Amino acid sequence: MMNFTKNNVGWVVLVVVFLVLPHVFTQSFALSLMTQMGIAIIFALSYNMLLGQVGLLSFGHAVYYGLGAFFTAHLINWIAAGVIWFPITLVPIFGGLCGMFFGFIFGIVTTRRPGTPFAMISLGIAEMVAASALMFTAFFGGEAGIDTNRTAGGAMLGISYGPQIQVYYLVVAWCIVSIVGMYAITRTPLGRMANAVRDNPERAKFVGYNPTRVRWMTMTLAGFFAGLAGSLYIINYEIVTFETLGILESGRVVLMAFIGGIGHFWGPIIGAVLVTFLQSALSNYTEAWLLYFGLLFLVIIMFSPGGIAGLIAKHDPVMKAGLLKRLLPSYMIVSATGAVMLLGFISIIEMIYHVESAISGNDPMALFGVMINPSTLNPWLVILLMFAVGTALFVKATRRVGQVWDELGPDLQSKGVI
Amino acid sequence: MEFFLVTALNSLSYGLLLFMLSSGLTLIFSMMGVLNFAHASFYMLGAYAAYQVGLFTGFWPALFIAPILVGAIGAFVERYGLRTVHKFGHVAELLFTFGLAYVIEEVVHLIWGRAPVDYRVPGSLDFTIFTIFTTQYPAYRAFMMIISISMLISLYLILTRTRIGLIVQASLTHPEMVEALGHNVPRVFMFVFAGGAALAGLAGVLGGNLFITEPGMAFAVGTIIFVVVVFGGMGSLPGAFVASLLIGAIQTFSVALDYSFLNLLQSVGLEIYKDSTFYGLASITLSQLAPVLPYLLLVLMLIFRPSGLMGKRET
Amino acid sequence: MGRIRTGSPEQGGNLNSSAIKLSSVKKNFGQTEIIKGVSLDIVKGERHAIIGPNGAGKSTLFNLISGRFPLTEGTIELGGEDITNLDPELINRKGLARSFQITNIFPKMSVYENVRCAVLWSLGYKYSFWKRVSGLVDASERTAEIVELIGLKDRHERLAGVLTYAEQRALEIGVTIAGGANVILLDEPTAGMSLSERNDAVELVRKVTEGKTLVMVEHDMSVVFGLADRITVLVYGQVIATGKPSEIEENRAVQEAYLGTEQQ
Repeated sequence: MMNFTKNNVGWVVLVVVFLVLPHVFTQSFALSLMTQMGIAIIFALSYNMLLGQVGLLSFGHAVYYGLGAFFTAHLINWIAAGVIWFPITLVPIFGGLCGMFFGFIFGIVTTRRPGTPFAMISLGIAEMVAASALMFTAFFGGEAGIDTNRTAGGAMLGISYGPQIQVYYLVVAWCIVSIVGMYAITRTPLGRMANAVRDNPERAKFVGYNPTRVRWMTMTLAGFFAGLAGSLYIINYEIVTFETLGILESGRVVLMAFIGGIGHFWGPIIGAVLVTFLQSALSNYTEAWLLYFGLLFLVIIMFSPGGIAGLIAKHDPVMKAGLLKRLLPSYMIVSATGAVMLLGFISIIEMIYHVESAISGNDPMALFGVMINPSTLNPWLVILLMFAVGTALFVKATRRVGQVWDELGPDLQSKGVI
Repeated sequence: MEFFLVTALNSLSYGLLLFMLSSGLTLIFSMMGVLNFAHASFYMLGAYAAYQVGLFTGFWPALFIAPILVGAIGAFVERYGLRTVHKFGHVAELLFTFGLAYVIEEVVHLIWGRAPVDYRVPGSLDFTIFTIFTTQYPAYRAFMMIISISMLISLYLILTRTRIGLIVQASLTHPEMVEALGHNVPRVFMFVFAGGAALAGLAGVLGGNLFITEPGMAFAVGTIIFVVVVFGGMGSLPGAFVASLLIGAIQTFSVALDYSFLNLLQSVGLEIYKDSTFYGLASITLSQLAPVLPYLLLVLMLIFRPSGLMGKRET
Repeated sequence: MGRIRTGSPEQGGNLNSSAIKLSSVKKNFGQTEIIKGVSLDIVKGERHAIIGPNGAGKSTLFNLISGRFPLTEGTIELGGEDITNLDPELINRKGLARSFQITNIFPKMSVYENVRCAVLWSLGYKYSFWKRVSGLVDASERTAEIVELIGLKDRHERLAGVLTYAEQRALEIGVTIAGGANVILLDEPTAGMSLSERNDAVELVRKVTEGKTLVMVEHDMSVVFGLADRITVLVYGQVIATGKPSEIEENRAVQEAYLGTEQQ
């Protein structure tokens, strides 16, 4: 992963991982989860074309995703009705073009100014589109949404898209195409100037570029990939409602990109995989998963604004210098104390949830495999003590990590890696 | 006429409530450059706090305690959250408040559950204050207006007549200079943030029982007050005032009006056939359009006058 | 290299034709007049320094010429073509580049990328999103050339934001000249430098503006008198003298208004 951006090995590994995964995780929920991850990766990367590459903080990126999904839904229904003929395999291109069209249109009015005004107007447009979607029921299907049948086009070369595995491979194929495409765009004149405009829009003007134009074109391209992801969404779920282009969906992609890390091309890939996984895995176990999610997001913003990718990349020079083993002991202590703290924290939250819920409030509950009764005092004392001690030790351990990093500094410099 | 008067009064009280929210948001924005996504969450916390405190003390003490509680939470958020993030820039600050709004909503789920709580208008204010033609006007709405207006007047007086208000005003435009004069600008920031949160909390105390106290209330109001501050011009208090009343009126009136473009055409003698493609579009009534209107206005404003009604500041 | 705008002043064959021509240029900020009617003719191929006390409007003049601020009144011509109130990027494309007094580079990009961004437009790559930059041989060559010229060859992978101040100033000049503009505006290229750094900077300026028109704002008189062919003195938004260094030195008005106050 480290040298993903530097050589071609990363690409090969990526493709192999995609192809091997369904043979490792054969359960059907795993397959549908991996399909969702593939779609999320495209969506998150397209979002990062805006936030990471050109510095536009959008709170309405799901508009292009959702519109891509709706238009594709109608296209597939037309295919089913025999109005037109179009292979399902290539339908995502159509969705992409729809997203691109709306990126282009909304880009005219939104890209003139970056920063807070852009964030606000993107939010305004998202609200407007979401509210309109409920109004124009003929196209958006009202609360019920629009459903389709992906197998309607009939089988082609033996591919009917009936079985989930075929959809998975369709998503994987488009995912690889999109990742390569979006990475390639970062290496073009427009991609480089996008970074320049993000860093210093004014100076970009004085080397001959119009920053508004750079933002606008980037937004149009980002719209394409968002629409493409939306297309895959409708092929996968076969139903789309107005919520898909709503604020919550837009918020989810902000989380994915930021948790993964917007400073590195591959950051949002990590974020998309992790967030999709947590969303589907945690929501099975706990009602509080959204809370954990939000807290994870806050912790990342406060302590590691580069996201997970930023954390990993920070160790690049240490790896090069071969000094990683000096960090490991302190990291192990941090993990151990952090685990105690987290265990305590999660237990507190889960117990509150349990007590507050009207149905089972007074019954015993299973917490990490242990049966406890939160209506008595003892479990609370134990858990609070665990949390307090864990936190105290954790804070101390993180200080130690800071010290080790400080000690590493001169060595890294003498080895010439930073 | 009766309809118009009642709706006008309702939109005025709603607009004043919006201004209580947007004034705090505007002050925080002009001072710290941060559009606080979690501002409406403080509004929600105010309503829930008033409900919870009210269970023990009744409405009147809660009216004072709840905003103070929310203000304290605001101060805590500024001191231990925003200030940490400040060094990473505005995008990180904006995202921090965004994440905070998310977390606050979940915490509300955690403590009070997903269903609305039974926070109601106190019995002592649950009567008719006057009657317009046939409509009985509730005393609570009148009370709300009185509180809002007196709150706004005292805010104005604090900002213009007191020493601390002058420091706040100076920090809005020249934070470095104020710092150089020996004032603790971070503490002023914290004070303003807490003050804005407390105002939002007060709005929550007043609005929570009039409308509904539920976990979705922050989101519903949040986007509207964004429209208000952007529409009025980010960082302009008079702009926020005008925009609050305007948006309040637009929302209140459009919901109440069941007219469509079709009706308009009919009134001048034009008909659209039912099978025409425009029939569906033209028959959308104003009340159906109501949820879109504020955002439509926002987008139009940003296209034609990006600095808003009275704004001068750009970030 | 063929597509780069070459900076030879002899192109038109006439050394006396003007590169930049300002005609009664005025600029107000609100009620305050900052530039009160400046007319100035900068000859192709000369090195022209603009001096004056703080607040005289030197940087404002640069901002007007380069399109950063709109004019209140007057016209500006670049090589005989009217560029009044054009957008900065359009003026840049016509062959005028400028540097900034406060370093204004792309901090999160490497030195190499900073320069390359400044090269792309002049080579005609515009907003292309289908060409790989690493495959653009002319851009790479030109970039490498500039990076070497500004003496940052062994630092080219560094992020611009972590360079030393003097290195950032050199990069600032590199980004300015990389597009191959004929007319170069440098805003205080040696400000805040130590003596040895300043000598390096002067040499760099001399080298990179060889055969081009240079206009610079500078406070250091040794730099000004060492580099400039002609000098314009700006005081409170008005030109009080223009001429050869020797003429300026002898001009009494200048000595009273400006040089006198500097000699401490």
